Amino acid sequence: MIAAGDYEFLQQFLKQRSGLNLSQEKQYLIESRLAPVARKVGLAGVEQLVARLRTAPSGAVADAVVEAMTTNESSFFRDKTPFETFVSFVVPSLIDRRGSRRIRVWCAAASTGQEPYSLAMTLKENAHLLPGVTVEILATDLAGHVLERARAGLYSAFEVQRGLPIQYLLKYFEQKGDQWQIRPEIRAMVQFRQFNLLQSFAGLGTFDIIFCRNVLIYFDIPTKADVLSRMAKVLAPDGYLVLGAAETVMGISDAFRSASGRPGLYVANRLAEATA
Amino acid sequence: MKTCLVVDDSPFIRKVARKILEELSFEVSEAGNGQEALDHCVVTMPDAILLDWNMPVVDGPQFLEAVRALEGGTRPKIVFCTTENHPGHIARALIAGADEYIMKPFDREILAYKFQEVGLIDADALADAGKPLA
Ligand SMILES: C[S@@+](CC[C@H](N)C(=O)[O-])C[C@H]1O[C@@H](n2cnc3c(N)ncnc32)[C@H](O)[C@@H]1O
Repeated sequence: MIAAGDYEFLQQFLKQRSGLNLSQEKQYLIESRLAPVARKVGLAGVEQLVARLRTAPSGAVADAVVEAMTTNESSFFRDKTPFETFVSFVVPSLIDRRGSRRIRVWCAAASTGQEPYSLAMTLKENAHLLPGVTVEILATDLAGHVLERARAGLYSAFEVQRGLPIQYLLKYFEQKGDQWQIRPEIRAMVQFRQFNLLQSFAGLGTFDIIFCRNVLIYFDIPTKADVLSRMAKVLAPDGYLVLGAAETVMGISDAFRSASGRPGLYVANRLAEATA
Repeated sequence: MKTCLVVDDSPFIRKVARKILEELSFEVSEAGNGQEALDHCVVTMPDAILLDWNMPVVDGPQFLEAVRALEGGTRPKIVFCTTENHPGHIARALIAGADEYIMKPFDREILAYKFQEVGLIDADALADAGKPLA
């Protein structure tokens, strides 16, 4: 059991570094996630690790602690509908409105890459419906270790059997021993970069579509609101925001409103922008 | 209630599959090889078939070809479930008329995902079957 003072310190530290809002009942996570980190850097346990953080709150050990506390669960075509909406509605309506055939997508919490690769496969699969359309996909995450896996595009048999239709496995993956690697032409469609959502978005450019799924759930309400309002500023005025199935902007931010009749899909609120 | 025929020469695999499928609200029958499975299908065609590859008497691919030629044999969703994981095998199964393909070892989550893929269960049943995500 971790000392109350140490737990409070960790709560503060994590909230500041990654936005993670660690509630009181999540104490059990600390031991299971941080004991291995302590061992790895040659410390006896979590208590010693916290002592180290107090004297050295930045650097490799601090980064390892922040990363170890992230939850990286993902799957191919998670919740399905967003990917169908992306190719049947979102991309076509952007192109129709603009005449331009260049689209920029941001996966803001890409984890091990299943989400951006699912978008890339969807685009490849439907290329005949979107002639001449080029889509740039920027995939970012706070955690370096998941991005490394994402870049390699290597998945276990278990991972490729959650949400990925078998035809896609055949078409877009190569067997590598007991793993499966996504093909170079799909990998080339996605650019990965380490990026913390608490940082300024300046330098990322602007986007037509932002996928921000299953990451805001870890933040407290002011942090959610802050991230959403900054996202509204890097999203094209007619762009779209996609949130996770269990997420909403309702009661959190008026930067966005639901795109009518399409669950999980949001558009920027002009009104909110004017008063911002 | 939807029906599923589990075709596998391993009683253990049949038992594991039965348990998962019953939790997904299927009425389950079993066959120990492709011939037993064909005999079953001639009498009652199930909604779904979970099919092993290597079996005595009549193997998975032979069964697949035969069942698809039976009256009503194009209707069931057929999902291979095998240790054969070479892309060549998978391609062969799909060309022969399989709807999905599970590489063993499998668990409840994989089975639920694959059954959702072919429309045998809906998203809610999948959510119940999987451990809560994130
Ligand atoms: C549950 S995963 C979501 C993956 C994917 N979007 C999906 O829905 O399947 C959450 C991810 O958010 C990342 N994350 C957490 N805090 C973050 C932050 N402050 N900035 C960027 N990424 C963060 C974690 O590293 C983790 O990979």
